[in-house]
Parts: sequence; structure tokens; C-alpha cells
Amino acid sequence: MWCAAICIRFAPPPNPLPTLWEKGSQKGNLNRLPHPILPPSPTAWGKGIGGRGLMLLSVEDLHVHFPLGHGQVVRAVDGVTFAIERGETLGLVGESGCGKSTTGRAILRLIPPTSGRVVFEGQEISGVSPSDMRTLRRRMQMVFQDPFASLSPRMTVGQIVAEPLEIHRLHANRRGREERVGALLESVGLPQAAVRRFAHEFSGGQRQRIGIARALALDPDLIILDEPVSALDISVRAQVVNLLQDIQERSGIAYLFIGHDLSLIRHVAHRVAVMYLGRIVEIAPAHDLYTDPRHPYTRSLLAAVPVPDPARRRERAPLEGDPPSPIDIPSGCRFRTRCPFAQEICARDDPPLLPIEVTGGGAAARPSHRAACHFANTLPVWDASKAADTVIKP
Amino acid sequence: MPEAELTALAPSDAPAELTPPAPGVWRRLLANPLAAASLLLLLLLVLLAVFAPVVAPHGFAEQKLERQLENPSGTFPLGTDELGRDTLSRLLYGARISLSVAVAVEACVVTIGLLVGLIAGFFGGAVDAALMRVTDVMLAFPDVLLAILLVGIFGTATASPAASLLLVVVALGVTGWPPLARLVRGQVLGLRKREFVEAARSLGATNGRILRRHILPNLLSPILVAVTVDTAGVILAEATLSFLGIGVQRPYPSWGRMISDALAENHLRSEPRLILLPSLALSLTVLALNFLGDGLRDALDPRAHAKR
Repeated sequence: MWCAAICIRFAPPPNPLPTLWEKGSQKGNLNRLPHPILPPSPTAWGKGIGGRGLMLLSVEDLHVHFPLGHGQVVRAVDGVTFAIERGETLGLVGESGCGKSTTGRAILRLIPPTSGRVVFEGQEISGVSPSDMRTLRRRMQMVFQDPFASLSPRMTVGQIVAEPLEIHRLHANRRGREERVGALLESVGLPQAAVRRFAHEFSGGQRQRIGIARALALDPDLIILDEPVSALDISVRAQVVNLLQDIQERSGIAYLFIGHDLSLIRHVAHRVAVMYLGRIVEIAPAHDLYTDPRHPYTRSLLAAVPVPDPARRRERAPLEGDPPSPIDIPSGCRFRTRCPFAQEICARDDPPLLPIEVTGGGAAARPSHRAACHFANTLPVWDASKAADTVIKP
Repeated sequence: MPEAELTALAPSDAPAELTPPAPGVWRRLLANPLAAASLLLLLLLVLLAVFAPVVAPHGFAEQKLERQLENPSGTFPLGTDELGRDTLSRLLYGARISLSVAVAVEACVVTIGLLVGLIAGFFGGAVDAALMRVTDVMLAFPDVLLAILLVGIFGTATASPAASLLLVVVALGVTGWPPLARLVRGQVLGLRKREFVEAARSLGATNGRILRRHILPNLLSPILVAVTVDTAGVILAEATLSFLGIGVQRPYPSWGRMISDALAENHLRSEPRLILLPSLALSLTVLALNFLGDGLRDALDPRAHAKR
């Protein structure tokens, strides 16, 4: 009962599946089209999807390596490929240290990528000059995890939100800029009086709203949300998430939503990509991923989601041990050292990210759902209620 | 229903009203009695130094040979020295010289130290390594020796008072910046990795803008604190140089010069007043600068008093 009372905004539909995804497809035609198929080659990619004008961002074989000296290299991001459509939310989940934040920063070139292509609206941004990059940054913004660290302590809220406008000289005079700042603050639910205050005078949730207003100032097409609510109190997370969803519905901004909270990602994302040790191991529409996960790692993550039902309490942790070091990635499949299904082939061959086959209906492939596992099509059928049975030992 | 965990009872995080603004730096500084008293004393000292020609009852070199070594009286509030010169007037003019040397030296120190520290800290790598080695070398260079060297090269006896003061300023300025450069570099190293700098970069800010708008404002308070405390050291160093006869030349007074002259005349037992008074002025100024520095450090940290 109490639950019903407090779930006003988050009330899950009776059928727990389609939330935003459905909403999006009713609203516009953008999301109705089939999801992009990850391309075998970059050329097919650009021709096939970019031509329809839907693709916003595509990341192809992105690597970010940090040399440590002595011939050692941290392969933080090790061949990541995905795409984001206009108006879409792609969730990127994984354990800490799997490279999800690094991926977000490499897209914005806050960290220089080692190799790979990032194509934004058909324009490759891997090699553009700093000044062109500055122009491109108007279209791609970022909201940071820690709202205490990401706002300058010596600037007022007004200065913080006006800064992107000043950098890109969007308003000829101060008046216009002030009006825009006021409108931005209003759109994130902050009072006008906030303009002259310093960020440290605000609570975590309010600060994150300031960060969101700053990201919105340039009317971007894509916002990279780097765990935007992880640092916030549980009590205000929902409000910030709702705000982000309202903004998306109003303006059609696409999000790359980086997080580690699977319940939250399920709530906000249209599609979800699961990252493990610098690579995407499974990517699928949110509903498919949560109801029919095909990678053992995804299954173990889902099994780890707390269930508010004491009767279903699990006795063992679903996934034990730490991921291997990104300095020394296992041969073949990088998950094999923790995988209960690992066979000989797993140590030998690195499984590619391939479309899965739909069980039952013959051998039809489901192109929007891909998993990098040799046994993606032969794993036992996933039963969420028996998640505890798929316990994975180290 | 995994969403349930998101929705714990939540008070709104965006209230219509905000708490009143935190009290400003000034109010926090003045709430500290030691810092407030120090500030008052230093302001008074600066005013007296600036208006010394108006305030001083006599000229600093005005000799009344028939009234040597007099005790304090109506005509000579703090007595006279062995040449019948008014001690109070000499103290006031001495403050002028000590303070202007301090200001000039700090201007050099901040200019060089800030520039070196900013560039080394922000750009890092080989630039940083090269600049820091230079800094280490300069740090090892004794200021008094450099002053003696400069005097040896340019001479003092014939130099005008302005020229001899310039030697002092150059010697102290050129040897004084390394600690500040190190401080600034350390701060910049920390600041440039902070998320708000990354955020500015993601907005498309140039290096110049990041330095100007995001790094420099965060350096002001540590620099202000360091300079306040360092000024005390410079005043002492100037006194040391004058005491050694390198600084300002007779008949111009500085506090160090006055102490040195009185000692040279063997007044330590007979007329301790002539040593104690300039020493007291020196100590009080240095103490006040240190207390003010501490007070500023506390008052300038915006988070130390932040609500929540």
C-alpha cells in the first residue's frame, strides 16, 4: 500500500515491459524504425543508417589505452562499437572499472581515444581540429557524476549556466544571456534567485539540476550522463531522473546514460549495452535484455539486482570475485574466468558481438539483440524468478 | 517491481525559497578578533607611512645636536638619537621604506611565481620539469648573498637612495618567488584535474579561458594568504640587509638600519629605547601580518562555512 502511494511517478505499468520505448514510438516516428544493426564494416555503417538521417552518434571499434610504462598497457576501452539514434536513451552498464565512463569521455574527447571512429551526424570527429571540435561540443554535452566537483566553487550559478553561452557567443548582449539563463533554470526547476548564489549553497540534487541546466544551455542533440544520480541521496534520485525524462520528451535529446544500477537503467533506457572489461558483451532493447539476457555476465548482473521479497532471498552472491585486470585481459572470451559455462573454446576464441537467434520460432535472428558469447543461443532459458539458480562462481 | 527502490519518500530537492546567503568574506574575517585587530594595526601603519611627511613632528634627517639622546618629551615624543634626530619621525619614515620595499618585492614575487607556477602546473610534462628545476636552483640561492653580490657589482656608497633600494628589491624579488611558484604549481596540478575544469573543457572552453575563469579565481585565496605571510618575511629580510649595511643608506631610516645604527653606537645598555622601539615596530608588523594571513585563510575558504 505504502508503495503504491509513493510510486506515483514511477508506477510501473501492469505489464512491466514497455515504458518509454512505447511512449516514444507513439509520439514520433523516430523510434519506430528498427534498431541499427551493428555493422560488419564502417562503410556499410555510414551508408546504411546515416543516409536515413536517424543516426546521431556511432562509435566504432573505440579503444582507449593508457600506457603504464614497462610495456604494460591498461586497456580501459578495448574495442567498443555502438550507435545512438536521435531522441533515444542508450543505457551503458557494467561494474566499476569496466570502462563505461572512459567511453563517455572518449566520445567527447576529454580523454583522447587510442583508435577507433566516433561519427556524429555523419561527421567523423576522431581527427577534427580543436576549433572544429569546439563547435561540435555545442551538440554533445555531458552531465557529471559528482555534482559537488563538477561545478566551479568560485562561480555563481548564473555564471556557471551562462558560461557555455559566453564560450560560443550565442547572445549578443548580457540581457539576452540573462533571459536565457533564467529560462534554463526554470526548465530544471530552480528558482530565479539561484542566479546569484554559489553552487555550494545548494543540495546535491539541486546542484545536479544546475549541471543539467548548463548541459542544456547549448541545445545539444546528445547528452552523456555519467552516472548522473549515483552520487545523490536515494530520495532525490527519482526527481532528477524524472527531470531528465521530461527534458527528453520535450526536446528529443538523446542520452547516453552511464550507470551501474540496473533497475534505474531499465527504467530510463530504450536500449541497454552491458560492458565488461572494456568491451560491450551484450546490447539489446531494454525489454529484451531484461527478459531474455543471453550473455552469462548480463545474467549474473541481473541476478544481483536486489529483489524486495524476503522469500526469494538468495544465499550466495551471484557473481563472486573481481574482474580481471584491464592490464592483463584473459585470452579468448574475457569473461571466461568468472563464467560458469566456460568451455575450451572460450579460452581460444574471442566471441564476436553477434545477433542472437530467437528461440522457438525457428532460426530467425533478432538483429537488434546481440551478445558476445559462444553459447548465446544455447544457454538454458532465463527465468528471472529463478535468478538465484544461475549463481556464478569465481 | 525494481523501480520501487527509486521512490523512497522524497522531500522536494528544489524548494521555492533558498536559505539566506552565507556571510561574506569580510564579515567572517572581522569576526576573528585577532585578524581584525591585525588588519586595523596594518591599516594604521600604512596610513602613517603614507602621510609620514604630514604626521611626523620632525624631518627624518633633521639634527638637533644640542639635544642628543634625550628621553621622550613633548617636543620629541619618543626621544632623540645620538645626533639629536627625532626617533618617532625616523620610525614613521622607516615604515615608509620598509613597506614600499615589501610591496615592490611582493609584486615581483607574485608576478614571477604565479607565471612560473601556472605554466608548470597547467602544461606539465617537460615544461613543468624544466621550470621546476630552475625553481629548485633559485630556492637554493640565498637572498642575502645575492644582495651582497649585487652591491658588490653595482656598489652602494655612491648610489642614490632609490638605487640602493632597487638593489634590495631586485635581490629579494629574484630570490623570493620559488616558494610561491611551488605553491601555485601544486594548486594548479590539483585544480586542472578537477571535474569542473573537465566540464569547462566539455563546453568548449579554451586553455586561456580555463586558466582565467576556472583556475585563477581558485588560486587567489592561497596566494593572498601566502603573500600576507611572506610580506612579513620580506620586511624582516629588508631589516636584515639594512642591519648588514646593504640596504638603504644613511641618513635614510629603515627599521633594520635604526637597530643596526643603535647597536653600532653601543646603546644597548645606555639607551635600550633606541633598539627596542624599531624592534617593537618590526615585531608588531610581522605578527600582525601573520595573524591576518591566518584569518584570511579561514575566511576565504568558501566551503568551511557552507551550510550542510
